[in-house]
Amino acid sequence: MTESSQTKNLLKDHVIIDKAIEPNAGWRDLPIGAVIPKGGTSRQFTTGDWRTIRPVWSPEKCIHCHRCWLYCPDMCWVSEDKKIQGVDLTNCKGCGICANVCPTKVHAIEMHPEDTKTEHTAGED
Amino acid sequence: MALPDLAKKPVRFIGGHRACAGCGFPITIKIILQAAENPVIVGCATGCMEVTSTIYPYTSWECSFIHSAFENVAATVSGIEAAYTSLKRQGRIDKDITFIAFGGDGGTYDIGLQALSGALERGHKMVYVCYDNQGYMNTGIQRSSATPRGANTTTSPAGKKVPGKQQYPKDLTAIVAAHGIPYAAQSSMSHWNDLYRKAKKAFAADGPAFLNVLSTCRLGWGTAPEDTVDVADGAVQSRLWPLYEIEKGKWKLSLKPRRHYPVEKWMSMQGRFRHLFNPQKNETFIEEIQSQVDAKWEELVRRCSAET
Repeated sequence: MTESSQTKNLLKDHVIIDKAIEPNAGWRDLPIGAVIPKGGTSRQFTTGDWRTIRPVWSPEKCIHCHRCWLYCPDMCWVSEDKKIQGVDLTNCKGCGICANVCPTKVHAIEMHPEDTKTEHTAGED
Repeated sequence: MALPDLAKKPVRFIGGHRACAGCGFPITIKIILQAAENPVIVGCATGCMEVTSTIYPYTSWECSFIHSAFENVAATVSGIEAAYTSLKRQGRIDKDITFIAFGGDGGTYDIGLQALSGALERGHKMVYVCYDNQGYMNTGIQRSSATPRGANTTTSPAGKKVPGKQQYPKDLTAIVAAHGIPYAAQSSMSHWNDLYRKAKKAFAADGPAFLNVLSTCRLGWGTAPEDTVDVADGAVQSRLWPLYEIEKGKWKLSLKPRRHYPVEKWMSMQGRFRHLFNPQKNETFIEEIQSQVDAKWEELVRRCSAET
């Protein structure tokens, strides 16, 4: 998006939209006309609460084929410079597709129950 | 295009939407939007996609988005395209913009068919994507005209006498192709390379383009969340959902499954066909479906080979 004057006006509304997302926000905090002035606000909605199993990634086994990145319905896998950096569990619903599409011979992703204390190797949180 | 290169492009549909764990359509949208080079304007018919991704004040879209009613997404997006063409002619806009309409199979096969047909006939330069999950899943799994024969839904329940839906699904891709549009194709989210290539072709088409993409609904199909991709792949391998494209009236087969994969195997993966296997297998009914799938496949192969 270019930094036109129109965009700058919208950016001002970011503060408002961030306020509207807060748990105890009232109707006064909402932008006029129920406009959502910024794209991609749903990142802040933690669908990760739904999860009962979590993906655990082994960086040493990973061949960076990016199949997990592609087939994740919640866009949780972080990729940088053609390398998988880890999984961001904020939105991860624990569906297990990533572990399933990981090539059988590689097997770099395993699903672990949430209640066990497994250290997850996330690139960024 | 290799996958790591694809990951370098910013994703325009992000997480935090309220689709079920293991839902198929976010994968479909992601692959299609990754194929777009220009800024996109997305229109969306009512359906799971719209309901789960745009709950106020959250949105999962990193691009312009407009929601219309169940039946008129094709009309809405064609209106935007017409306005854009006019502004461009007047010199008030110089950007190249891609217009995409997303609809589920309910909003495309059934309710939105006349709006779609009208938009195709008028020749707007837009891409219509139907993510086909074979039923009205958003409202609690009702039958649509895309639901396969034998599936158990709430409006085609499987009982002692009637084994699920009685009718065969209609061939929407062929119906759309009959409009004589520059590009129409059928693909599946399990074959990302095929889908990506077809999306690229659809965006480059000079006129309306149509993509019919099979997207698993794990709730309605009764599959485990992690099997989403495998089930969609099974539909392709069993030839129930063949991958093909129609480019300027020329039919072309995209994938010929190498091994014989019976439809029965695909059906046994899903809870909606459970009544055909339990308590005893309904041999005659399954055989009937298999012979229909084979006949449709042979007709398609004949059609594709006759043109090349």
